[in-house]
This record gives sequence, C-alpha cells and structure tokens, in this order.
Amino acid sequence: MVTTGAHLTRKMVWNLLSEIPDPDIPVISITELGIVRDVEVLQDDKIVVTLTPSYSGCPAMQLFKEDIKAVLRQYGAKEVEVKIIHSPAWTTDWLSKEAKEKMRKHGIAPPEDWCGTAVKLFGDAKRKITCPHCGKQDTKLTSQFGSTPCKALWFCNGCNQPFEYFKCY
Amino acid sequence: MNTKDAVYNFCLRMADNNLISGQRLTEWCSRGPILEEDLAMTNLALDLFGQAESFFDYAASLNGNVKSADDLAFLRSERQYYNNLLVEQPNGDFAVTMMKQFLFSAFQKLMYEALTESNDDTIKGISTKALKEAKYHFRHSSEWVIRLGKGTKESHERVQLAINELWRFTTDMFEMNATDEELISTGISANLETIYGKWNFVVGEILKEATLAIPDAAKIIKGGCNGMHTEHLGHILTEMQYLQRAYPGATW
Ligand SMILES: [Zn+2]
Repeated sequence: MVTTGAHLTRKMVWNLLSEIPDPDIPVISITELGIVRDVEVLQDDKIVVTLTPSYSGCPAMQLFKEDIKAVLRQYGAKEVEVKIIHSPAWTTDWLSKEAKEKMRKHGIAPPEDWCGTAVKLFGDAKRKITCPHCGKQDTKLTSQFGSTPCKALWFCNGCNQPFEYFKCY
Repeated sequence: MNTKDAVYNFCLRMADNNLISGQRLTEWCSRGPILEEDLAMTNLALDLFGQAESFFDYAASLNGNVKSADDLAFLRSERQYYNNLLVEQPNGDFAVTMMKQFLFSAFQKLMYEALTESNDDTIKGISTKALKEAKYHFRHSSEWVIRLGKGTKESHERVQLAINELWRFTTDMFEMNATDEELISTGISANLETIYGKWNFVVGEILKEATLAIPDAAKIIKGGCNGMHTEHLGHILTEMQYLQRAYPGATW
C-alpha cells in the first residue's frame, strides 16, 4: 500500500492503478484488463498515464480517466494527464490467466483459447463455451450481443442458467 | 489539396458514416423485433459512435481543437456532412435495416482492413481497433441477410425489396474526390476502386447464398463525399442536433 506524502514512483503508480476495478467486472483491475499501456513520472509529481480503449465505444473510458486522476491526486500527484492511444489495439489476448480465472469465478465465461481463429458464418452457434457456473459444455449462444459491448449471451443446458461470455477481440 | 486538409476531410467522412449509421440504429432502441436484436442494434450503434468519436477527436486535434469533437459532430449543417447516402436512408422494416447494415459493414470491414496499412499512425491505430468490431458487424448482418433470404416467402420478398430499394445508393460509397487523390498518393488511404472490386465479390457471395437477386445498376445516386445528400439527412440532423442548437454549450 502506498502512503500519502512520499513522492510517487513509477512502481507505486502501477500499484495504485492495479487497485482500480473495471466497473463492468469489478473483480478485475484496469491493469489486469491490459488497458494501461504506460506510466511516466515527470518532474514536480506530474504523472502521465497512457491507456488504450478496450472497445471503441467503451462508455467506461471516461470513468477510468476520472478514477485514475482521483486516485493519483489523493496520493500526492500534482498533475495527472491521461493519454489515449489506439495502437497497438487492445486484444483479449492481453488478459492474463489469473484475470480469466477471476472472471470465471465471477460468473462470466472468459474468452476461449480459440480466439483469433476465423469463424465461419453461423459458426458461433456451433461453438461450445464452458459454463462458468457448472463447468459443463452443453451450452448454446442466445445472442452475440449482451449487456455490454464486450459480452455475448449464452445459455447452459446443464444447469439451465443463462451466462455471459466475454467475446474474443 | 494539402495532406492535412485531406486527412481532416477524410476523418470527417469516416466519422460521419459511423455517426449517422449509429443514429439510425438507435431508432430501433426498444422497438427491436426480439429482445436480442434490440440489444444487438444498440450495441452496434455504440461501437459506431465510438469509432465516430475517435475520428472526430483526431480531426479536431488536426485543427488545434478550435472546434471540439462534439462541435464537429453536432454543429455542422447538412452540406458539411460527408457520410455516404446509404447510411442516411430510413430504416424501413427489419429487412431494410439489416440489408443496409450488411452493405455498409461489408464496406467498413474492407475499408478498415486497408487502413490498417495506412501511413498515418492515428488512422492506422483507430482502424486496427475498429476492424475487430466491423468483423462482428459484418458477420451479424450477413447471417441475417441469409436467414431472411432463405427463410419464409414473406421474409424473402421483404429482403429482396430491401436490396432493390438500397442498391442505387451503394456506388456512392466508392466515389472519390480530391481528398482521396491526395491520400492515395501519400499512402494514407486506399483506392476505393480496389475496395469496390473486393466489395462486389464479398457481397455477391452472401447474396448468392441468400438466394437474392442483384438489382440493375440503373438510377445510381451519388454525392455523399461532396456533401450532396438525400432529403433524409436533414431530418436526422434536426432530431440529433436539437439539444445542442437549443441549449448551446449545455453540459451535464
Ligand atoms: Zn451450467
């Protein structure tokens, strides 16, 4: 934990950022999500954080900016700039194994390993996603679009429960 | 035309296509034929608004943010919008909307694919991101076009009527002006003639699968990239810009 008063170092900033949750999946932090691309500590406690959006229309981006500024100011940053870059583009491959496991425990099926392989038309309906509730694979796609742009809706025939699947990007 | 002006115009064209297309999709909000499609269309719109914002942000930064991204989105008049005529067409029934999405997303996907090779780093970055989304959009609308085409007699008739109505606006997506000339020569954007060839192939394959006939190329209507629009754009802007015009500088 970082204490107030000391000058912030790059590592301290990373640690602070790793405590800011993704509002849609609160068990995952913004660093685990992979959207924090760089941290620079400049003179006079000025800090520049570089983010890349997970999705073009991600409504949480504005919130991330505010959260980052608030947290870093609280720990002594005089000025915080949040820069947005688009390249390299965010990909679900940047989610760590641990992050995926946390997601599963939270009830959201994480992106499957076949992410990145081409999907034929109507191919999604033939895929099997492992149910995050019961672990069975007897599941079916309800809709490619769900409560947020990053998730699809699925249904498990094993436990008769709907669940969300974090789509491959 | 110098390169900076060309990039600016091009960003507006890309942003306007996304903005107007997204605005049309939101008209379906709470009116979708099924809940899943209601969600789908509003999610598609969200992606498109995000892409629009990225291009507006870049355009604004090119002019020192004298006009903000919001100003560009909401405070221009009809002749200053460079979107393609296809995206401003009314939604009609679900078949018309899905056909419109299909014809447009096929174009977007190919366009973004080409722009991932752009010499402009920002355009390249935005496009690499947007391409992932455009692929989902293209798949979603392709599946619907096939489902409707091979569905019932009525769904087939309706989706055939949809393409008959929309086809005359498709050539407009590939019209080029001085902006394109400059950006092709500098390796920033793609030659739309090349994209047109690919688009015809991709779209033709899906339409064949959907057992739909491609209408005659008669009565082609063009002009979007030069700010010449059908009467529908004015109506969209009236609704979309109401708040910003009635309450200038409103924030919340
Ligand atoms: Zn289950």
